[in-house]
Amino acid sequence: MNRLLIGIGNRFRSDDGVGPVIAERLEALALPATRVCIASGEGAALMDLWREAEAVYLFDAVSSGKAAGTVHRLDAASQTIPQEFFHYSTHAFSLAEAVELARALDELPPRLIIYGIEGGSFRAGRELSPPVAAAVDEVVERVSAELGATAPDAG
Amino acid sequence: MTSKTIKVDYIARVEGEGALYIKLDKNRVEELQLRIFEPPRFFEAFLEGRDFREAPDITARICGICPVAYLMSACHAMEWITGDHPDGAIRELRRLLYCGEWIESHVLHIYMLHAPDFLGYPDAITLAKDHPELVKRALRLKKIGNQLMTVLGGREIHPINIKVGGFYKAPTRARLEALVPDLEWALEAAKETVRVVAGLPFPDFEQDYDFMALHHPDEYPFNEGRLVSSAGLDLGIEDYDNTLIEEHVAHSTSLHSNTPGGSPVHLGPLARYALNRDRLHPGARQAADAVGLGEVVSNPFKSIIVRAVEVVYAVEEALRIIRAYNPPAEPALAVTPRAGTGYGATEAPRGICYHRYTINAEGIIENAKIVAPTSVNQSMIESDLREYVQPRMDLPEDQLRYECEQAIRNYDPCISCSCHFLDLTVERT
Repeated sequence: MNRLLIGIGNRFRSDDGVGPVIAERLEALALPATRVCIASGEGAALMDLWREAEAVYLFDAVSSGKAAGTVHRLDAASQTIPQEFFHYSTHAFSLAEAVELARALDELPPRLIIYGIEGGSFRAGRELSPPVAAAVDEVVERVSAELGATAPDAG
Repeated sequence: MTSKTIKVDYIARVEGEGALYIKLDKNRVEELQLRIFEPPRFFEAFLEGRDFREAPDITARICGICPVAYLMSACHAMEWITGDHPDGAIRELRRLLYCGEWIESHVLHIYMLHAPDFLGYPDAITLAKDHPELVKRALRLKKIGNQLMTVLGGREIHPINIKVGGFYKAPTRARLEALVPDLEWALEAAKETVRVVAGLPFPDFEQDYDFMALHHPDEYPFNEGRLVSSAGLDLGIEDYDNTLIEEHVAHSTSLHSNTPGGSPVHLGPLARYALNRDRLHPGARQAADAVGLGEVVSNPFKSIIVRAVEVVYAVEEALRIIRAYNPPAEPALAVTPRAGTGYGATEAPRGICYHRYTINAEGIIENAKIVAPTSVNQSMIESDLREYVQPRMDLPEDQLRYECEQAIRNYDPCISCSCHFLDLTVERT
């Protein structure tokens, strides 16, 4: 099983950096058969990144109005991705569009899980707000359990 | 018919927040407004008091889709003041960076934002279900634009490797040569794009435009050139402020620009093509000829074909630059500030992006003016819509609304870019 973890966001924008922070924490665990990378969130680049992967986990900050630190887990195989979740531009082509376009083209990876972490502050700065920092621990725990449960077999 | 009102509350598939309001009364268009309500962003005011070297990176944040236009116009304006003129490999790398932006931006617009209009789909995702080959080609082409941006700019969005005087780091020959096979594929894909979009159904709608673009003696314009127009203007870019006059209208947070006589001008692919067709590389010119594109295209819906021709040009230009590339001895010229005013005008995918700065002897910015092409095109879009709607007033409302949106997208408007007032007046009673 060839697995890919992608952290999306800008680490100079407080809670927007939560995706890359989670990706780096998971990278430090050196999970078997797992690659980790950081991406800007540009849709065409994402579709290209996940082209060869069998299981993809994406981590990104979201702003849907819930309390900061709320963790959303979306399974792209079973649900469409609400555009307003990951919208950072009305013109650029971003995560939600990339997932839906990949679905239309029949290019979705066999497994695509998206963790969206509700941000509180998107101001300039490198610190995560306390509820978001706490959510990092939760996501790292859940994902390592999830990945540990999927045996990295020879397939 | 009696009077009716047509509203589009949020124009889809354009950058930023805009709306359209049309009031029809009996047999005429009584009122028509492209309403831009994106909040003003005050970039010119942010720049005051900052070091002149900061202008490229700050202004690049005006736009995620055309940051190169801002980086380049700001660099050229500052170099106007310092008297430095990077040439040789640095100049070529700047053109190569622009190729990346044109490919990325034009391909996104052609396939994802504009083609669905002509083919009757609400968006690129539904288009992809029926025409996967079109969307796959678009993604691969766009990726090549992204790669150029990444190699030269450090990343695909908001490049970080550009500075006044040149680059922080110049790419190696090997790094650029690695892009050649993809660019060779892109050249054929871009020509195929011209053929495909030329076959789309176009409404019969010719306009007598006053086109304005940069014009360079040897090149299709990216970074440099004189300000020329189909009305016969031929001026240095330092005359821009006397050529297009900005004015505030109540229904837009983006300033309008018109000639001193009050008429609109048309910026962007149609204008560049009409004024610079003979500067295209042979492949782009042949692609245009093969689909019967005349020397001047005055149907704005056909801007999609001209964009495709410009993608062919950008790929050819990228290949030319890479094949001849030798890294510069230094990636940038050393620049020293001095007091003065400088001008920069470069060709963003949507048309001329104009910057003017005044800095003091210490290099601190005292005054800035930035005009995005979409601001200038606003009046032209309104003019097109008035002409387009008048003979089509009896169309069913949904159809008319749909066609109006398509007419707006002819300009690939970047509304977020266009909203940055310097002055904000708050009246309280």
